[in-house]
Amino acid sequence: MEQVVNAAISILFDGVAYGMLLFIISVGLSITMGLMGFANLAHGAFAMAGGYVLVSLMVGLGFPFIPALVLAAVCVAVISVPFERYLYRPLYQADELDHVLLSIGLVLMATAAITFVYGPSTVSITVPDYLNGQIDLGIGLFPAYRTFTIAVGALLILGLWYGFEGTIVGAKIRAAVDNRRMAQSIGINVDRLFVIAFALGSGLAALGGGLAIEIIGMEPTFALTYLVFFLIVVAVGGLGSIRGAFVAALLLGLIDTAGKYLWPDGGAFFIYAVTIAILLVRPMGLFGRS
Amino acid sequence: MKFQRVLLGLIAASVMAMGGAQAAKVKIGVVLPYSGGAAQFGEQIDRGMNLFIQQHKGAFGGHEIELIKRDSKRPGGDIAKNAVQELITREKVDLLTGFVFSPNAMASAPLINQGKVPMVIMNAGTAWIPSLSPYIARVSFTMWHAGYPLGGYAMNKLGCKTAAIGYTNYPPGKDSRNAFTTGFEKAGGKVLEAIPMGGPRQVPDFTPFFQRVKNAKPDCFYIFVPAGNHAVAVVKTYANLGMKGAGIKLIGPGDITQDTKLQDMPKEAEGMITVHHYSADYKTPVNMAFVKAWKAAYGADTTPDFMGVAGYDGMAAIAHAITAQGGSVSAEGTMKALSGWSYDSPRGKITIDPETRDIIQDSNVHKIVSKGGRMMVEVIDTIPQVKDPCKANGIGKCK
Repeated sequence: MEQVVNAAISILFDGVAYGMLLFIISVGLSITMGLMGFANLAHGAFAMAGGYVLVSLMVGLGFPFIPALVLAAVCVAVISVPFERYLYRPLYQADELDHVLLSIGLVLMATAAITFVYGPSTVSITVPDYLNGQIDLGIGLFPAYRTFTIAVGALLILGLWYGFEGTIVGAKIRAAVDNRRMAQSIGINVDRLFVIAFALGSGLAALGGGLAIEIIGMEPTFALTYLVFFLIVVAVGGLGSIRGAFVAALLLGLIDTAGKYLWPDGGAFFIYAVTIAILLVRPMGLFGRS
Repeated sequence: MKFQRVLLGLIAASVMAMGGAQAAKVKIGVVLPYSGGAAQFGEQIDRGMNLFIQQHKGAFGGHEIELIKRDSKRPGGDIAKNAVQELITREKVDLLTGFVFSPNAMASAPLINQGKVPMVIMNAGTAWIPSLSPYIARVSFTMWHAGYPLGGYAMNKLGCKTAAIGYTNYPPGKDSRNAFTTGFEKAGGKVLEAIPMGGPRQVPDFTPFFQRVKNAKPDCFYIFVPAGNHAVAVVKTYANLGMKGAGIKLIGPGDITQDTKLQDMPKEAEGMITVHHYSADYKTPVNMAFVKAWKAAYGADTTPDFMGVAGYDGMAAIAHAITAQGGSVSAEGTMKALSGWSYDSPRGKITIDPETRDIIQDSNVHKIVSKGGRMMVEVIDTIPQVKDPCKANGIGKCK
């Protein structure tokens, strides 16, 4: 019995932590795909940029972890603005093949550039002592870093929920996702919304990339390796739905962790089987609208 | 038109000149990962080879050598095989060396049989690789040099009655699992479970696998992962899940306490027990001179590890083979020259076993200690001159 309870707690905790990480990185992709209809396969490159900026800030400039994490997210959000303005915007009306070519090209360039600057190996950081080892949450000991990741994810969800449901900008974004032409015709500056949404999404991806270093590692091929997972989150959750991205990320995190825990020989394939099953039943994703 | 013809003529002449100049050289094809996450291994071996060449210019018997390097990138085997084919058919190399990952050496074996080109393996440690071709000799190790004796040591000296195994799911991982299981069960231990933990190419999140082991409460947790980034992630996960506090001893081959990665590991690495054939911390005169020369050549903050030493020793073996054959290298001649060849390596005495073309060397029990804020390897026991136990006992594919 104790075995079963321990297993359940382990799977639940690690799965939620992994799901939170997936959510933080992928939510921006969901917003940009839903809002702009742009298949931005380079989204992971912004996450990767966040990870490497964090490494530079901590290892190169001696910043402490949390300020460096925040600063890395802000930096990447700012850097992403000219990308949106000069590379993505001219192609909004183009077809999806052009989107894919542009964004995959960006991924390859990012991989080459990062290999050139940082080398091909995995990079590492030293997290502060309070995030190392285990923390007592009253109901038992849990890995401190993952607890921190879950907390950050929970805060972000609250923030995003308020931002989208409780602010004017959020209402405008929702309006633009629902019907861009109608939103434009009632005077919403959709171009500016695109910039805001893109920067926000990229910044969140960067934050996720920074958090990911200690969980799934960071190397120059990160953007391509985990692309499938980010796309699964978006596809299963439904384009443009924050709630969908959240539920999908948690689901995938839990299934992946449970699969690896309970059936290590084949567990890594669970996630794909579930994705196929969900998309067969709901082609638009759990919360997507046709 | 005329200009083009002149240009073509010049190119043809220079190609012929190059061909003529190369004929006098011994051409060595080097297949190593020079890009991607495994490039750190390629760099280690490359540096080891170059250090030997710099230090022992006379060792090649006056014969000029040319290293033709190809990037094997990944562990999958396909890229390495293409590289080997190109090296044999187009570059017409006399000898092949390198090979970090077992699948790359395995995939290349049929080609060296057809082309009759000798191969000196500098890392790839799956025990049965030399049985794939009579032209393979190995200067590194087999998974059984570490896993098999560690099985007995865990039971008899560490007091582990039960063990769990976690391994990277590709040939050397399975080989290492078998090696430990055989040694451990022979000593009377019980393996609770053996968990495959993803592939060699990407460092996985080890947490779900380790969590499972933690809940199974074994006395010892034996891990095989390819060295490098996998190793750091293993010890970090072990630390973060509080497995040390739960009384689970982390053990494995020295890949998980690679010299180049030790300082990146959390303090929980202290007390880890591994079995291996080399560490830069060995206090023998040969090794201390080797490490000093390494640091002088590549920087004070660099350190050789078992791969660097394999590159160094491998080049020593190649130098011996070239000299013994008077510069005209053949597959049979190379194997004959290396058969029984013995060398005073930084790791201690090594010999190429005439029967198996595999290495005979000491297996040392390492304990990780912290001294002056530095993680270090301390040798606490030695099993002298181990002949690959897999082939010696004719187990599985080693028959």
